[in-house]
Amino acid sequence: MTVLSTIFSFQFVDMWLRVATPLIFTSMGAVVCERSGVVNLGLEGIMLSAALMGVLGSAFSGSLFIGLLSGLAMGLFLSAVFAYFHLVLKANEVLCGTAINTFAGGFTVFMLEIVTGEKGTSASIKSMAFPTVDIPIIQHIPVLGQLLSGHNLLTYFAFIMVGVLWYLLYKTPIGLRIRAVGENEHAIHSVGISVTKVRFLAIMICGVMASLGGMYLSMGYLNMFVRDMVAGRGFISLAANAMGHATPVGTMLSALVFAFFDGLSNILQALKIPSEFVQMLPYAATIVGLVLYSIQRINAVKRHKAKSFA
Amino acid sequence: MKTRSINQLVDSTKLAIVVVVACLLVSLIILMVSDQPWVAISSFFFGPFSTIRRIGNILEGAIPLIFTALAVTLIFRAGQFSMISEGSFFIGILGATIVGISLDLPAGLHPIVALLVAGLLGAIAAAIPALLKLKWQVSEVVTSIMLNYIIQFFVIYMINYHFRDPEASSLASLKIATTASLPGIVPGTRIHLGLIIALIFSALTWFFVFRMKAGYEIRLVGDNADFARYVGIRAPLVMVMAQVVAGAIAGIGGGVEFLGMYSRFKWTVSPGYGWTGIAVALLARRNPIMVPFAAIFIAYLNVGSGIMARSSDVGSEIVYIIQGVIMLMIAADALLQGWRQRLVVKSATAMEGI
Amino acid sequence: MTALRMEHITKVYPNGVVANRDIVFDVAVGEIHALSGENGAGKTTLMKILFGEETATEGKIFIHGEEQYIHTSQDALKLGIGMVHQHFMLVPSLTVTENIILGIEMRKGLSIDYTQSKKLVQEYGEKYHMYLDPDAKVKDLSVGQKQKLEILKVLIRGAKILILDEPTAVLTPQETAELFTELKHLRNEGFTIIFISHKLSEVRELCDHITIIRKGESKGVYALADITDEEISQKMVGRDVELTIARSEGKRGKTLLKVENLSVLEEGGKPRVDNVSFNLHEGEILGIAGVEGNGQSELVDVITGLGNFQHGSVLFQNKPIKYNHVKEIREAGIGHIPEDRMSIGIASNLSITENLLADKTRWKEFFGKNGLLIKQKIRSFSAKMVEDYAILCRDPEVPISSLSGGNIQKVVLARELSSKPQLIVANQPTRGVDVGATEFIRKQLLSMRDAGGAVLLVSSDLRELFGLSDRLLVMYEGKFAACITDLTSIDEQGLGRYMLGLDTQDTEMVMRNAQ
Repeated sequence: MTVLSTIFSFQFVDMWLRVATPLIFTSMGAVVCERSGVVNLGLEGIMLSAALMGVLGSAFSGSLFIGLLSGLAMGLFLSAVFAYFHLVLKANEVLCGTAINTFAGGFTVFMLEIVTGEKGTSASIKSMAFPTVDIPIIQHIPVLGQLLSGHNLLTYFAFIMVGVLWYLLYKTPIGLRIRAVGENEHAIHSVGISVTKVRFLAIMICGVMASLGGMYLSMGYLNMFVRDMVAGRGFISLAANAMGHATPVGTMLSALVFAFFDGLSNILQALKIPSEFVQMLPYAATIVGLVLYSIQRINAVKRHKAKSFA
Repeated sequence: MKTRSINQLVDSTKLAIVVVVACLLVSLIILMVSDQPWVAISSFFFGPFSTIRRIGNILEGAIPLIFTALAVTLIFRAGQFSMISEGSFFIGILGATIVGISLDLPAGLHPIVALLVAGLLGAIAAAIPALLKLKWQVSEVVTSIMLNYIIQFFVIYMINYHFRDPEASSLASLKIATTASLPGIVPGTRIHLGLIIALIFSALTWFFVFRMKAGYEIRLVGDNADFARYVGIRAPLVMVMAQVVAGAIAGIGGGVEFLGMYSRFKWTVSPGYGWTGIAVALLARRNPIMVPFAAIFIAYLNVGSGIMARSSDVGSEIVYIIQGVIMLMIAADALLQGWRQRLVVKSATAMEGI
Repeated sequence: MTALRMEHITKVYPNGVVANRDIVFDVAVGEIHALSGENGAGKTTLMKILFGEETATEGKIFIHGEEQYIHTSQDALKLGIGMVHQHFMLVPSLTVTENIILGIEMRKGLSIDYTQSKKLVQEYGEKYHMYLDPDAKVKDLSVGQKQKLEILKVLIRGAKILILDEPTAVLTPQETAELFTELKHLRNEGFTIIFISHKLSEVRELCDHITIIRKGESKGVYALADITDEEISQKMVGRDVELTIARSEGKRGKTLLKVENLSVLEEGGKPRVDNVSFNLHEGEILGIAGVEGNGQSELVDVITGLGNFQHGSVLFQNKPIKYNHVKEIREAGIGHIPEDRMSIGIASNLSITENLLADKTRWKEFFGKNGLLIKQKIRSFSAKMVEDYAILCRDPEVPISSLSGGNIQKVVLARELSSKPQLIVANQPTRGVDVGATEFIRKQLLSMRDAGGAVLLVSSDLRELFGLSDRLLVMYEGKFAACITDLTSIDEQGLGRYMLGLDTQDTEMVMRNAQ
């Protein structure tokens, strides 16, 4: 009973949005990449590295903005490496992504130790976080105010980015090119546009989104960097993108579904279920989600065929 | 020059470049961050050879990597990208732990049973993403990674709730029976029987891939699944088979590592050998016979980084940075491709006489 | 005045195949210039070099008299060169407008200016008589419309030199006629057109000059008025290929393959194979003629188990053939030389030996009882195959991708025939294969027939069909337009009329003769 009542509370909605924010950011990045025909398995490592560099940048400069720039610069650097090896040196994308993740896992702890002398967290240095925002007027409306107001700046930004990316993909020249290159790269090539350039740009946009997702974890969700804090969210974002058909809105909804189970696992910690099972929940939900989506897709194809032969 | 020898020349040059770049990169990073760079560099590169014990550490460290790299090799050979070696390895450790603690068997038989159970659990784990792909075309990449997390928590749960040593302050299982342990084979080191098992498995895997029908089918399917279908091979089943065998090997690897090096289960997270195994497999160019050499090289880097971390101010995580760079460079198919192309053209034009 | 001149072009591919050798190619402004040669002669490679999609190993390119370096299609487009590929370069889920403006998008602020874009598409459509609905999704267009779209794409980008790679291969006769009118109109407007084709009638109707390429080398440029069809075909195919293979009268045995009322529908329900029936007998080569894309490939896929079908039945030795049961079908005695050998006929990174063995994994003599490779037997088998089939290689252990196209095809043939099939389905067996290998392959098919086997031969090479077939079926739009039992009763022109759907035999007669 307590679980149910917690789920229907404002606290839960708040937590849900908190855990959804990094997934929405990163899965939006995955959408842009996927649309250009690239599966970016390095999202995990990009998030992790950006999460650390955001913290370090803000701690050293005392400026949140510099922190943001450091995180973005790191994410973009790794994205550029991924893009260069995959697109120019023709390395397999899965291997490239895994290499980026391996690198990031070591790099973050290595840097953390150099700077703080510790390998676990950045708790010993004072870093900045993105502020929460109270929306004027709305915050005083009952229910609506509690639901909509008082979230982290990046949480609002994540939802705004869903719209921005929708606009980018469907209304702008670069979006048209990204969609075209993912569906038939020869079409892009034959009109004299560099396939590599379009994909490179898509990977860099993805890098920005994944960096924001990572920085939210260390500069919003928590107020410090913890080693391996991304904990599979990069991969879950890829799954959300698959389930959302690589459309911004569908992917956002899928990310919200996965985030729901992430949030639920946070609540269930209070129950007498072994914590290991609770911790499994988001990962199990991702597998189940992917399987259900695939079954539904296969059935849709079958139905479509049956109809056309009738 | 023959096309074949051109390929060999280019490939070995690439390998040499990768190794040199990796070593240069280590040195460069150390020079950038360390106050006593020469101590760090020398302990990194020469430390592993300074005592018998440390040389032993390299070989011990290579054992788990050989198993996971063999598993990765099989999976990649079948054209699949399941990352399950990590999970299969960890659940293999659990299998060996359970058998080591709960069964009372004679010394010769005990480790064999433990390794069989470890292999079985590893195979079951690997079958899950493989079957999900077979049945519903769910991408094995993401499901296997998710499954790795689930396995990690499941294993910890099993130890924590069913095999935990109540006396221990931190998470640790009960001690396994001494009959289950794999004996040491080189006095003065901790090198254990597992090394021999690992080498045997490398040879067996090579034999499987290159001398058996099943391995031949895996290579056919991995090179061109449409071709396999056209000649009447059931490619989806071959893909599943490769992954299940790979899972068993990784699981046995987990069991070997545990029985050879530990007397109780102490991990709080999955040790990551599955991921490192990818770097090893790539370095070995997916050839099982080359896997032990590649594993020893990576283990050497691991041991070196550990010694360096203890004797200087540079952290051991540098080794993951290197691994990432190695993987990137080996995976880069186009690296030196221009050179290869020029050699081929030269040989073709020379042959045609134009 | 020359529009373009390609001088001494040589192209060597990474696998060592020489696709172009010292080719000189000249085209004058305002002409339609045919580039002809057999499949695999190197026409497309030459044009890809001109369009910047491939880089020549050696040679120079002059556009309007000035030397140019064309590294990308962007460079080519800037120089006013546009190419319409044989396989359309379109994005199916996007609209006509979106496909056309790709890369040259008009903007209004940050967004694409769709209103202006559509207007542009309409204007060009009217100007060049190629009207298309700007809002239609490309996946809903007919093949002819897609081709118009491709040409519009090139024109809007300001191309003055148009390369059309086998544009008629996929068109119906009406669409072809329409295309020719449009192309002539473009020529009158001062455009220069390079027309890649190996169909002589089309070349004669449309072109002013012809450059002939054989085996990667230029065989000269001629005014069409000055050269006869015989001379052209002689230069295209060389002297020796004139089919001189002696073939005995076939001894037709009992029925091996029985196809009854077979239909294959594409998504959307349109038939690709439309209710066809025929029998194939022991000791018989049954040829199937037709313009590509009239259902031949689908028919082959059904018989070999690779493709599904919706109606009818296929019986081989009175046992039904089931979709996806490739293993059983092969075990029953059907071999398959696939149309697209590079994508499904070989595993390119494996050795010649390994490719030869791929369909024999159930043979105990090579794989033992325990699934262990018996190296000695395998080695001597593959050495024998290399010798018997004259496969030119240094060593059977080299990757098959290092061989030339003709030798790869010999490996495929050796593999399929060495499994002793009773029926071999040969789809374009000599396409892109050199003269020597071609003759060899044809002889092999004939000797298989003489030994009592059956061959289903799908080919776009009419001489091959005439030279080998005992009976000939002509496919047009998924149906048999004709069944020719006496091949001396008809010539290539007559066959061409059936292939283009201009003539059709009486359905009853086709049905009877196809049995």
